[in-house]
Amino acid sequence: MKLPRLSTLCLAGVLVFLYAPLLVLMGNSFNLSKYGGRWEGFTWQWYERLWKDEATLTALMNTVMIGACATLGATVLGTLAAWCLHRYRSPLQRVHLVLTELPLAVPDIWIGVAMQLFFVSIGWELGYGSVIAAHITFCLCYVTTLMLGRLQSFDFQLVDAARDLGASGPQVLWRVILPVLGPGIVAAGLLAFILSLDDFVITFFVSGPGASTLPARVYAMAKTSRSLPVINALSTLLILGTFLLALAGHRLLNRRTS
Amino acid sequence: MGVWWGERCLPAMSTPRQTLTARLLTAPSFVWMLIFFAWPAANLFLLAFRPADVTGGVGEGWTISAWRVFQEPGYLEAIGRTLWISALTTGGCLLLALPVAWRISRAGPRWRSWLLLLVVLPFWTSFLIRVYAWRVLLQSSGPLATLLRGLGLMDEDAMLLYHPAAVVVVMIYTYLPLAILPLYAAMEKFDPHLLEAARDLGATQWQALSKVLLPTIQKGVIGAALLVGIPSLGSYVVPEMIGGLDAEMLGSKIGQRLFSDRNLPQAAALATALALLAMPAVIMAIRKRPGEEMT
Repeated sequence: MKLPRLSTLCLAGVLVFLYAPLLVLMGNSFNLSKYGGRWEGFTWQWYERLWKDEATLTALMNTVMIGACATLGATVLGTLAAWCLHRYRSPLQRVHLVLTELPLAVPDIWIGVAMQLFFVSIGWELGYGSVIAAHITFCLCYVTTLMLGRLQSFDFQLVDAARDLGASGPQVLWRVILPVLGPGIVAAGLLAFILSLDDFVITFFVSGPGASTLPARVYAMAKTSRSLPVINALSTLLILGTFLLALAGHRLLNRRTS
Repeated sequence: MGVWWGERCLPAMSTPRQTLTARLLTAPSFVWMLIFFAWPAANLFLLAFRPADVTGGVGEGWTISAWRVFQEPGYLEAIGRTLWISALTTGGCLLLALPVAWRISRAGPRWRSWLLLLVVLPFWTSFLIRVYAWRVLLQSSGPLATLLRGLGLMDEDAMLLYHPAAVVVVMIYTYLPLAILPLYAAMEKFDPHLLEAARDLGATQWQALSKVLLPTIQKGVIGAALLVGIPSLGSYVVPEMIGGLDAEMLGSKIGQRLFSDRNLPQAAALATALALLAMPAVIMAIRKRPGEEMT
C-alpha cells in the first residue's frame, strides 16, 4: 500500500508549511541583520528597542484591558445564552439561536463594516467602548457555541436532585451548576480572551485613534515598513503568548474529558 | 412581543413563574445581540440606499446611487477575483487537508491528540501575524528570495510579493487548520476495514476511495469547504499585506471606501454585495451548525 506513506509525507509537509514561516519570523527577531536575508549574528537589541517603544506598550495595555472586558462580558452573556438555548425550546429561542450563530458564519469584515457604520449612525464615538462592545459580540457567539457543546454532557437531574433535597436557587447555582460547568466556562473564557487578543479586522474597523491593539500596531508598523525587526520581536512575543494560552486551554479541556 | 413567545414548547408543567425565569435569563444575550448584531445588520443594508454627503457622512432621502459603484472600472473585476481566489483557496485547502486529516485519524490515540494540537496551534496565533510572517518570508530581501536568487531560479528584480498567486498561497496557509478539523472529525468515525473490503471485492484503490470513503465523509468535506470559503470571500488582510493592485479583492475595496474617500453608502453597498455573495454558503453553514468542530 502506497497510500499510508503518501499521507505521512503530506502530513510532514503540511506541518513544515504551517510552522516554517512562524519559525523564520521568530528566528529573525534575534537576527542582527535588519532585513533578515541571512544570519548575521545573535542580538537582543530588537527586544530592547521594543521595550522602549511607548506606542507598543500602550497598545499592550489596550489589548489586555479590552481582552479582559470582552472576556468577562462574553463569558457571562455567552454562558447564559447557552444555558437558555439548551434548556428551553420556543420560537424565542429559535431567534436567539440564529442571533448567536449567524455572526460566526458571516465574514468578519462584514461585521466590522456593519459595526463601524452602526456606531457612526448612532453617534457613538469610536474608541475603547466601541472596540469592547464589538469584541463582546463576536466572543459571545464563540462562548455560546462552546458551552452548548459542554452542556450536552451536563446532567440536569443533578439540578432536580439538589432542588428535591431542599437547595435554594442560588445554592444550586454555586454548589452544583458552577462546579460542574466551571472548567468548561474557564476554557470558554480563555478562548474568548485569545480571540479578542488576536482579532485584527473587526478591531481595525471599529477602533478610533488611540484604541490601537497589538495586532493593529503590527499592521501599522508593517504597512509603513519601519523598524521591521522590532515587529518581528513583538510578533514573536505574541505568538509565544497565544501558544501558552492555547496549551493551557487544551490541557484544561482534556483533563476533564479523559 | 406577544404572550405566545416563550411558553409554547416549554415542558408541559411550566408555570408562569418558570416562563418568566426563562425570559429573564434569555434577555441579556438576546438584547445584546439585537443591539450589536441585528441593528447594525439592518442599518448597513439601509445605508446602502442613502446618498453620500460631501463631508463623508450620510445624506437625507433614498437613492440607489451607491450601487453605481459597480459601473466604475475595477469593481466587477474585484468581484470576479474575489470569487476565483476564494475558489482556489478552498480547493487548495481541501486537497492538502484530506491526506493530512486521514493520516491523523489513523494515528495512535496519543499521537492523534498531539498532532491535532500541532495543526490547531498556528490557528490560535493572530491571523495578522501569520500573514505578516509571510510578508517577511516573501519580501525581496527575505530568506526565500535570497535562496531562490542564490540558486539562480529567480531574476534579480523579480518579486514574490504583490502577486495573486502569493495571495492564494497565504490564504491557504491561514485557513488550512479550518479545513483539517472537520475532515478529521468525519474521518475519525470511518472504519478503514471498509476500504480493504472494497479492495477485496475488486475495486481499485481510487474506486475504493471515491466510492466508499468520500460518500461517508461528505459532510466533513462540505463543512471544511464552508469554513474556508466564507472567510475567503471576505478577505481583507491578505490582499492588503501580500497582494498588490493586481490582487485587490472585494474586502480591499470596502476598506478603501471607508478609510480613503469616506463614502459610507458605497461601503455599505459593497458590504451588502459581499453578504449576497456569501449568502448561500452562510445559509448552508447555519443549517449544519458552524463551530461544532472547534477545539
